[in-house]
Amino acid sequence: MPAISRDEVAHLARLSRLALSDAELDQFAGQLDSILSHVRTISEVAAADVPATASPDPEVNVTRPDVVAPGLTPDQALAAAPAVEEQRFMVPQILGEGE
Amino acid sequence: MSGELTTSTAAELAQRIHAREVSSVEVTQAHLDRIAEVDGEINAFLHVAGERALEAAAAVDAALAAGAAPASPLAGVPLALKDVFTTTDMPTTCASKILEGWMSPYDATLTGKLRAAGIPILGKTNMVEFAMGSSTENSAYGPTRNPWDTTRIPGGSGGGSAAALASHQAPLAIGTDTGGSIRQPAAVTATVGTKPTYGTVSRYGLVACASSLDQGGPCGRTVLDTALLHEVIAGYDPRDSTSRNVPVPPVVEAARRGAEGDLRGVKVGVVKELHSDSYQSGVLASFDAAVAQLKELGAEVVEVSCPHFEYGLPSYYLVMPSEVSSNLARFDAMRYGLRVGDDGTHSAEQVMAMTRAAGFGPEVKRRIMIGTYALSAGYYDAYYGQALKVRTLIARDFDAAYEQVDVLVSPTSPFTPWKLGEKVDDPLAMYLSDLCTLPTNLAGHPAMSVPSGLSEDDGLPVGLQIMAPALADDRLYRVGAAYEAARGPIGVAPVA
Repeated sequence: MPAISRDEVAHLARLSRLALSDAELDQFAGQLDSILSHVRTISEVAAADVPATASPDPEVNVTRPDVVAPGLTPDQALAAAPAVEEQRFMVPQILGEGE
Repeated sequence: MSGELTTSTAAELAQRIHAREVSSVEVTQAHLDRIAEVDGEINAFLHVAGERALEAAAAVDAALAAGAAPASPLAGVPLALKDVFTTTDMPTTCASKILEGWMSPYDATLTGKLRAAGIPILGKTNMVEFAMGSSTENSAYGPTRNPWDTTRIPGGSGGGSAAALASHQAPLAIGTDTGGSIRQPAAVTATVGTKPTYGTVSRYGLVACASSLDQGGPCGRTVLDTALLHEVIAGYDPRDSTSRNVPVPPVVEAARRGAEGDLRGVKVGVVKELHSDSYQSGVLASFDAAVAQLKELGAEVVEVSCPHFEYGLPSYYLVMPSEVSSNLARFDAMRYGLRVGDDGTHSAEQVMAMTRAAGFGPEVKRRIMIGTYALSAGYYDAYYGQALKVRTLIARDFDAAYEQVDVLVSPTSPFTPWKLGEKVDDPLAMYLSDLCTLPTNLAGHPAMSVPSGLSEDDGLPVGLQIMAPALADDRLYRVGAAYEAARGPIGVAPVA
C-alpha cells in the first residue's frame, strides 16, 4: 500500500502554499511515497516512555534584558520589499469583496 | 609567486603576512586571479567581491605597517563564505531563485566576526538550495563541480566552499552543517571540515534550514587551519537564543598538540553500525587503514555499538523537513524576495503559492511537503513525535559510547563522489549518503571530516569522520591533527 496518494500530495501542496503543476504532482507523488515509506519504519522504534528531544540545546526560554537597542530604519526594512506604499509593505488583496 | 600563495596553508600565509614578507593584498589578489582562472569550470562562487576583499586586505596591511598587532591569528588571510550567511555588501541567495539578488539589511554575527578578525571575504559560495541535499546540483545557479573529477559532485550542501578549497581558490571557507553539509563535502574533495557543538557558533544571520540542527563551522585544507578559523567564529552571541554561554574549547592548542603524533591514552571507538558491507569497498579499506594508523599513534581502539543509529536517517528526514516547512513559511512574497503574479487578479494567498512554486526548486518543495505531512494533525504523533523520541535514543547511544571512549570514528560518507545527475531523480538514494553524519546533528555533538586518502577502487577522495561529546570539540582536533600528520600528503586535485 502506498504511504501517500497523489490526491494527498495535492492537498499537502495546497497546505504548503505551493502552486504545483500537474507534472510536478505526478513526479512528487512517487518520490514522496518512497521517502515516507522509508521514514515510517520509525513508528515501531521508541517505547511510549521515551521522552522527546526537540532540540539538543539544554537552555530553554532564553530571554534578553528588555532594553531599547537600535534596529533597522524604515528605509532599510523596506529596501528589499517587492512593493512599498507610504512607508509600508504593499501586498496583494488579502480579503475578498465585502469581507 | 601567485601559485605558491594559493597552495600555501592559511597558517603559513598568516605568518608571512604578519611578518610583512607578503601583503594581504598580494595574497587576496592571487586568490582572485585563481578564481578568474578556474571558477568558470568549477562554479564554486555565486558572487565574487574582489574590490571589497582587496579593500579589507589593504586595511590589514595598513594596520600592520602602522605597527598594530594583527586583529586575529588569521588577519589578512582571505576566505570564501557560504551564501547562507547574511552580508550587507553582497547578495545572500541561499542558491535559491526566491532570494535572487537579495541584499540583507544586516550582517550575520559570523560575518561580523570575520570582518573584525581582518579576514577578507572573497565572495559567497554555491550550495544546495537552502542547504538541503548532498550534491550541490539543486542550486538555482547551476551545479558546482568536484575539482578531483569535474564530472562528479562536490558534496553538499556546502559543495562550493569545499570545491573552492580543493581547487585553491580560497585557503579558508565557511560552511554550515545540518546533516553533514560541512563534513560530506570535505570528505569527497579531500579537505577538512568541522561541525562544531550545536550552539557554539552563532546562528544569527544564518538563514535557517532546520533550526535545531543547523550549525555553522570552519573548513580548511589542514586541521590546523580549520582550528584557527574555528576559534575566530566560535563564541557566545546574545542575539542567538540557542547560543551556549561557555568557553570556546582550545581547538588550536589541541591541533598543535595532536600534530606531535602521540595519541597514547586516547580511546577511540569504531561505531559498528557505521561500518557496513553496503558501503563502497574502497571507502571501507581507507577507513580501516586510518584506524590502523590511529593504533600506531598509540590510541586504544575498541568497537562500540550504537544500535539506534540505524534509525538516524528516518528520524532526521522527519525532524529536518518539519523544521524546514515551518522556517521556510517566511518566504511569502510579501516583505522581501521574489513576488510572482501580483497583477491585480490574484489574492495574496494565490501570489504566495505562485511565488513559492516559481521560486523554490524541487528538493525544497519536497521537504516542505514532507514536513507539512509529518506535522499535520493525523500524523504528528506517528511521525514527528516518534522522530523526536528516536532522537533521544540516539543521544543515549552516544552517551553510553562516550562512557567507554573519548572519540568515535566512522567513514564520513559511505561512497566517494558520484557522477553529476546520477541520483538527482532518486531523493531517497541521495539521502542515504548522509547515513554516517546525521546522528551527530540529532545529538548536537561536534564532528570533523579529515581526508583519509584516495579510494583504491576509483582513486577518489575518502573522509575519516571523528566525533566527540558536546563541547569537547578540541578532541576532534587532537586526533585529527595526529592522524593528518601520520597520513602524510594526499596530492592535489587535477583542477588545483
